[in-house]
Amino acid sequence: MKIIMNGKIKSIKDKKNLKSLIAEFCRDSNHVIAELNNVIIKRDHWDKAELKSGDTLELINFVGGG
Amino acid sequence: MKTQQQTTLSETPFVMGGKEFKSRFLLGTGKFKNKTDLAESILSSGTQIVTVALRRIDLERHEENILEYIPKETTLLVNTSGARNADEAVRIARLAKEAGYGNWIKIEVINDSKYLLPDNAETIKAAAMLSQEGFIVLPYMYPDLNVARELVKAGAVSIMPLGSLIGSNQGLKTKEFIQILINEIDLPIIVDAGVGRPSQACEAMEMGASAVLANTAVATAGNPATIAKAFARAIEAGRLAFLSKLPVEKNMANPSSPLTGFLFEQ
Repeated sequence: MKIIMNGKIKSIKDKKNLKSLIAEFCRDSNHVIAELNNVIIKRDHWDKAELKSGDTLELINFVGGG
Repeated sequence: MKTQQQTTLSETPFVMGGKEFKSRFLLGTGKFKNKTDLAESILSSGTQIVTVALRRIDLERHEENILEYIPKETTLLVNTSGARNADEAVRIARLAKEAGYGNWIKIEVINDSKYLLPDNAETIKAAAMLSQEGFIVLPYMYPDLNVARELVKAGAVSIMPLGSLIGSNQGLKTKEFIQILINEIDLPIIVDAGVGRPSQACEAMEMGASAVLANTAVATAGNPATIAKAFARAIEAGRLAFLSKLPVEKNMANPSSPLTGFLFEQ
């Protein structure tokens, strides 16, 4: 199935939860913030959040800024 | 000894958002060539507040996490850069809070990509919304007294007027208007943006600013850690000068040495 991740279309396996997806795409998930369809998903709920086709996911972290 | 005592007595602690700070230098973390320069600049300057931004993770390449280079005891001030209106600023602030790094937010609402000037009206809206949600709010703004008063009402803990255009290193182009804020607003005034040299930071402090934020000036200097230290010292010097109650400027000469008792007098 396809989802939009950080503005780009990505193909992922069906029935994937957020926790395993983040583990796959982010080498260090310590400071990752996840927003699924405009709703922030708390870290301890990542494994319960199953992704659906057409979902919009934002994976965010801190960077340098003034 | 007496002089030192007087200095200590006249200094007031820099308190903001329920925290007390020794350093009056805020450091931005953008544009550093490498993270080691950033870490050394934090250390050499003794800064206790640093700003960071939130961005999408680059899924194509691994980036070092900036938080690994910021000491744990440092107060993290997350900016809302990228926000073009109040709602976007609120969204970014909520994401930052979710990450578990406190609730200090530098509101930065910009929808002008040429001059990067802050949108004061949207900044007021965002300040009100975020204060209501319990955030510690520091709005970056174009120095305007009426706007500053609205930001006070909205619950800001500090006002951050720009000295000049972001990243321009032009110094205190808005000096007269910052002075009005310092005189009239009963919150810490932190001069932000455009401060390009330690001497300019010193001048802001002599005027009575509570603190100064610099980023580009440090990050793009030949030796960031050294200029960061210079900024910290200039800010301390400016603060002392302000506390000393600066002498009055005059149009006429006024001799420093006595005008009597000359050796050659008849």
